[in-house]
Amino acid sequence: MPLKREPNLKDPDGLYAAILDAHADLSESESVALNARLVLLLANHIGEEAIVREALVLARQSIDETSRS
Amino acid sequence: MTDVRSISFQYRRSADHDRRQPQPHPIVIVGAGPVGLVVALDLAAKGHRSIVIDKKSNLAAGSRAICWAKRSLEIMDRFGLGEVLTSKGVTWQTGKVFFASRRVFEFDLLPESAHRRPAFVNLQQYYFEHFCIEAAARTDLVELRWQEEVVGLEPSGDGTLVQIRTPDGNYRLIADWVIAADGAHSTIRRQLGLGFEGRVFDDQFLICDIKMRMARPAERWFWFDPPFNRGRSALLHKQADDVWRLDFQLGATADRDEEIKPHNVASRVRAMLGTDIAFGFEWISLYRFQSRRLARFRHGRVLFAGDAAHQMSPFGARGGNSGIQDADNLAWKLDLVLRRLAPESLLDSYDVERSAAADENLLNTTRSTDFIAPKGAISRAFRDGVLALAETEPLARRLVNSGRLSVAASYDGSPLNGPDDFAAGECPLTRPGAAALDAPVANAWLLQALGDGFVGVCFCRERAAPAGLARAERRLAEGATPVKILTVRDEIACHRYGAERAPAYYLFRPDQHVAARWRALDAAALAAAAERASGRTARRST
Repeated sequence: MPLKREPNLKDPDGLYAAILDAHADLSESESVALNARLVLLLANHIGEEAIVREALVLARQSIDETSRS
Repeated sequence: MTDVRSISFQYRRSADHDRRQPQPHPIVIVGAGPVGLVVALDLAAKGHRSIVIDKKSNLAAGSRAICWAKRSLEIMDRFGLGEVLTSKGVTWQTGKVFFASRRVFEFDLLPESAHRRPAFVNLQQYYFEHFCIEAAARTDLVELRWQEEVVGLEPSGDGTLVQIRTPDGNYRLIADWVIAADGAHSTIRRQLGLGFEGRVFDDQFLICDIKMRMARPAERWFWFDPPFNRGRSALLHKQADDVWRLDFQLGATADRDEEIKPHNVASRVRAMLGTDIAFGFEWISLYRFQSRRLARFRHGRVLFAGDAAHQMSPFGARGGNSGIQDADNLAWKLDLVLRRLAPESLLDSYDVERSAAADENLLNTTRSTDFIAPKGAISRAFRDGVLALAETEPLARRLVNSGRLSVAASYDGSPLNGPDDFAAGECPLTRPGAAALDAPVANAWLLQALGDGFVGVCFCRERAAPAGLARAERRLAEGATPVKILTVRDEIACHRYGAERAPAYYLFRPDQHVAARWRALDAAALAAAAERASGRTARRST
């Protein structure tokens, strides 16, 4: 199964707010650390390594394009 | 059409002024803005006289509220104003979102056809008020008292003794019911000493209306971090008479006095739209968003509606539109109470239902504001990540939040709701509490056919009338809460109400929200649901 690129959340605004709430009161380096832990937890839950790799490529491409433009 | 802003409202000395004793009046509405006027029109449509008090002497110069949502237009249709608002206004349903100098995506707010009214019509608030004032004059039941101001309130029997200041001195009257629709700076709220709790956002926004002829489509354009307003946001929206609404985020530390100078605003406008455009200013304003609400909207026989009850950021057009829905929710309940068809406690459900709607609106507008003006580096990183991915990834488009645009509130869990015997998850858009979905029916529209009383509708594709319908109709017409019966066979309507294969029976309230629905016809159940929806049978809320 390829990476889902269509919306897949029941309450996207609610989850987005919950992610930002998790960062509340953290310093920038703590936030980076939180994101790292979050990626590791979710990657393990997803389990299918091909999907995680596909997401990594997509995310990295987006960063590279943003830096170029 | 003459410029409605040049019309001045004359003060007229009222008969109340010359009475020795303050005279009783059934309904006094404070505030002749959209919300107060809609309450007055709705009550007039149901035969009730009201007095509307406002200190102003002409319509507001600025456009203020401009986006009227489909549900508001449907409500205005009940007073014959949906058409004039739609034809004078600018219909739009496409929104475009830009990030830096790229267009990342566009959305369509009403992809479905066969609705009488569009998703949104943009029209300056002064036109909305103007049409309401004209309609009020036609009813002979609404007395507008201009250049008068409430300066005191005290309880008097069941009602309220109201002290009013006018250009030639004060007078008093007794109001059985007071509707406080006097805006964000509500005098009534202050008079009653009520708290108005919530959040004030740091960022300042510059809002201006310009007049220009420009061959641009009627679309909502929203920019995140555009070249002409780096690191911040901007919005462009078309209104009637070639007037355009522009909105620029300025940040927390902007110098208010400098920013508001026309030549400074003009350079922002040119940076956004091009150096060669010809335009004139209609209105310039600078503000900070607030998200606040009253703890309760009902205080005995004083009821708060619109901005007086709840104030929110404008992204999503939820301020004016939720105020219209407040009016819609309040008027039929007050009507039943005044006609002694319902106990006064029915008005507690106004507080329950519209408080829940206000919380939903406040939550949505707060989230939009947090997305538009992220606080801190990590919020910005997530926000910019969403925007960067949105160009190619549909999943990210759903997260872009430039305002979640106003839709009708659903009164889930309301004590007025009756049974829902549809299967779980079946046809969720028309569950009890939801506002009716419009659909074409035999040369008209469903919402027109529903009108503004209790209506039981049999949605049924088959030609033959369901057994027992005529008997149910006779029985329901005679109940304490009379219910009119309609049969609807049209395909689109039956589809929207989950009746393609099997008939469906719905009870609609006078505000056209679904009270209950069934798969089988049961006159006794319909009658009981109408009783519950009019507050005649108490159901303990849990």
